[in-house]
Amino acid sequence: MLELCLQHRQGDFDVDVDITAPGQGVTALFGHSGSGKTTLLRMLAGLDRPDSGRIALNDRTFVDTDRRTFVPPHQRRLGVVFQEARLFPHYRVRSNLTYARRITRGVAFDRVVELLGIEALLDRMPGALSGGEARRVAIGRALLAEPDMLLMDEPLTGLDGARKQELLNYIVRLTREIDLPILFVSHDPEELMAVAEQLVVLDRGRVIASDSMETLLLRGDMAPWLGGFEASSLLHGQVRAHDHHYHATRVTLADGQRLTLPLLECPEGGDVRVRVRRRDVAIALSHQGDSSFRNQLEAVIVSMTPGATGTLEVTLALGDQQLQSRVTLEAGEALGLRPGLAVVALIRSVSLAG
Amino acid sequence: MLTPLEIEALQISLQVAGTALLIIMVPGIAMAWLLARHEFVGKSLLDGIVHLPLVLPPVVVGYLLLVVMGRRGVVGGWLYEHLGLSLPFTWQGAALAGGVMAFPLLVRAVRLSLEAVDPRLEAAARTLGASRLRVFFTITLPLAIPGLVTGAVLAFARALSEFGATITFASNIPGETRTLPLALYSLIQTPGMEDAAARLCVISIVVAMISLVASEWLARRTRRRMAGRDRG
Repeated sequence: MLELCLQHRQGDFDVDVDITAPGQGVTALFGHSGSGKTTLLRMLAGLDRPDSGRIALNDRTFVDTDRRTFVPPHQRRLGVVFQEARLFPHYRVRSNLTYARRITRGVAFDRVVELLGIEALLDRMPGALSGGEARRVAIGRALLAEPDMLLMDEPLTGLDGARKQELLNYIVRLTREIDLPILFVSHDPEELMAVAEQLVVLDRGRVIASDSMETLLLRGDMAPWLGGFEASSLLHGQVRAHDHHYHATRVTLADGQRLTLPLLECPEGGDVRVRVRRRDVAIALSHQGDSSFRNQLEAVIVSMTPGATGTLEVTLALGDQQLQSRVTLEAGEALGLRPGLAVVALIRSVSLAG
Repeated sequence: MLTPLEIEALQISLQVAGTALLIIMVPGIAMAWLLARHEFVGKSLLDGIVHLPLVLPPVVVGYLLLVVMGRRGVVGGWLYEHLGLSLPFTWQGAALAGGVMAFPLLVRAVRLSLEAVDPRLEAAARTLGASRLRVFFTITLPLAIPGLVTGAVLAFARALSEFGATITFASNIPGETRTLPLALYSLIQTPGMEDAAARLCVISIVVAMISLVASEWLARRTRRRMAGRDRG
């Protein structure tokens, strides 16, 4: 359990938050630049002191201004990955990785090196690394300190498209394979879609919303904040089979229905999170046998709210998962859509969230 | 090739300047760190005092050293009484005079290079579990090495060329405190020794050049290591 309850005067606005996040999985702090998210991360890491408040992780209190408690940064056991890699330029990659001295060899070292694909870099100096390589080494260095939590401050900033996607893939892999709570700070909705489970939305030092990613995506009042997400839903499923002939991957959703995606590089039986854009979901009253929509899922309408002029935002239930669709007001009335009605969701395209 | 007198003067010079450097190295780095990384009341005053030897006439420094470190001085008296140590008119005294004169140059160079060390690297090291002390010795100091080398060479050269404070505090005793500049001065004062004086002058230039070249080589080597081109 992570607790961040603090007040701090910073520049021209006050940071005043009371955040409780689970001590596991990936929690994202999301907000525009200047929303106070990096400030919170720095205070959690012990690099800045709050004016007043309390910071604690799993019963270890780092800061309590009432009791004058302040644990210095080197005793907090938090791994921090900064925006810039911040590698030590006078040490080789290997010595950078082992700087924290907790793990210097053995299985754990090899595993982190393998996970981040940095075997070939071990004997280089940081000055000879590319941006993406340096970031990966920085992540490895933080992991090898065996932290209780990993803090990542916009770790993808400044990388170009391909490098960014590559590093994002490494981070996603990390969140799946290493059992370590992560606090991920970002202003980029795409990154969050890929990694975050819990989301804390910040604006000018205040918490606007704090809930699971899926829940917040379904909230209409979050649309202005999460607009960058292109209004999508996230669905959980399991890879059932790969079909190399059709270049497709078959996924089974939690309620047993099947979904086909473009071929993925995931092992069969592995869990995946897929993203469906709202505008890619159409609604029919029955299965369409003569249609190019290959993904047709049986669903029940949960709610309908007016969206932009002339449109309806429809929330559908697929077992306990939810899916959003946008239809025109005219189509909605012609089909007689109403809450409780059983329908078929026609899905044009699905992509892997991360 | 060199006359015994020249060898003696050169030996004393190197011994005095080397010792001077040894004396001021640790206090110099500590002072530079204090001035580079900390804010406190009286910082400007301290900064001014550190720089005094640069702007004061060296004779004044030598005189002050006599007053403080002489056998009847505050510190010198104590040293003589308790340790039987007497600094005036000894080569150790000459080293102290050279060290005091070189101190501001060392502090300036080290301070500049400490200020150039990215505090964000130090913060990163702290989050990796390193105490302030470990951060200083593993991150701050190694990254300041180029400036440290420059500062050390400057200080060494300054101590080597020290004249005014040395002759005031340690006098000009052949075989004890007669360094290259003092020997040169003595030769100039003696009629008919122009050739010998010119030889000493050349020796001084050679020694100074060697230390400059060495410092440049060391600094370049360190920079190359950090740029990642050195594989050794």
